[in-house]
Amino acid sequence: MDRVPLERKVLSENDRVAAELRARFQEHGILCLNLISSPGSGKTSLLERTLETLPRHDRVAVLTGDIQTENDANRLKRFHFPVKQITTGGTCHLDARMIERHLADWKLEDLDLLLIENVGNLVCPSSYDLGEAAKVVVLSVTEGEDKPLKYPSIFFKSDLLVLSKIDLLPYVPFDIDAAAENARKVHPGMEIVKVSCLTGSGLHEWMMWLGARRQAYKSLLQKTAS
Amino acid sequence: MGIANSVLEAVRTEMSRYPGSYPCKVGVRIGELAAIDQDALRFCFEAMILETDLESLELGIEVCPRRHRCQVCAREFVVRDYDSRCPQCSSLETTCISGDELELAYLEVEEYGPSTVGAKSTQ
Repeated sequence: MDRVPLERKVLSENDRVAAELRARFQEHGILCLNLISSPGSGKTSLLERTLETLPRHDRVAVLTGDIQTENDANRLKRFHFPVKQITTGGTCHLDARMIERHLADWKLEDLDLLLIENVGNLVCPSSYDLGEAAKVVVLSVTEGEDKPLKYPSIFFKSDLLVLSKIDLLPYVPFDIDAAAENARKVHPGMEIVKVSCLTGSGLHEWMMWLGARRQAYKSLLQKTAS
Repeated sequence: MGIANSVLEAVRTEMSRYPGSYPCKVGVRIGELAAIDQDALRFCFEAMILETDLESLELGIEVCPRRHRCQVCAREFVVRDYDSRCPQCSSLETTCISGDELELAYLEVEEYGPSTVGAKSTQ
């Protein structure tokens, strides 16, 4: 019997496509963010509030993933930015090929920001690179403050934690400081914003983070170009 | 399921380089931060090879702990209970150096021989 060393990533094919996407995003100066959470944590609501706040002429597009239905795309289309639904037909995460396929008829030179809403799941989406510049994880206060410890991978790999539905804090036994502390145990120094899409509380901080990321990405690309 | 499928695809691709042999065991390396449940992976793997030419393929899983390196004193250590503080100098400035692996490590192949039971030779 011979043992042959393989020494490559299991998802090397996905990683290859993701690297191509990342290069295309960089070439066109598009900041791509991958939003991940459990089902029902408020990713779509956060996107609704985001699109509502951004200026109408902003060069933004959204890809939204679900196992079935066009519901999320229909919710997001009313803001008049390009939106496309990806229905995975059973797959519990988006992969780089799906992104590539759904970008095919968009002109990338018309975009500066691409927001990808992943399928609601804290596990598998963390393994699949989509070519994004950063992952953002959303955790709602109805879920339990130990989520970062139970699902460390996604909290470790995300740049920002959005604690959502904070308007419900008076009604649920959720210790928001413990949640933040748990997230930072897994990911020391993790950035955190606390928002309510219902009352609008904290949305300013989220938009500031987004704006700063767009600015930083632009500066980085300019620096690498010069 | 997608991960198990990717492992099997990689085995098939690799085996095209070894005509006259069949794969016995594939080894994967999984970091504790990789969000992969071993039992679930094994279950999917076994379900996918059932009644295929890879039915006898064994899956070897090696779990890799989360390791950090201290940026102050360069000590490398295993992180337990999410405590990423350096055990030597207590600095919190430590960076992750391993623990999110999801890698194919090795493949064990056996040549078809006259005594190989139930296996068809391609030569």
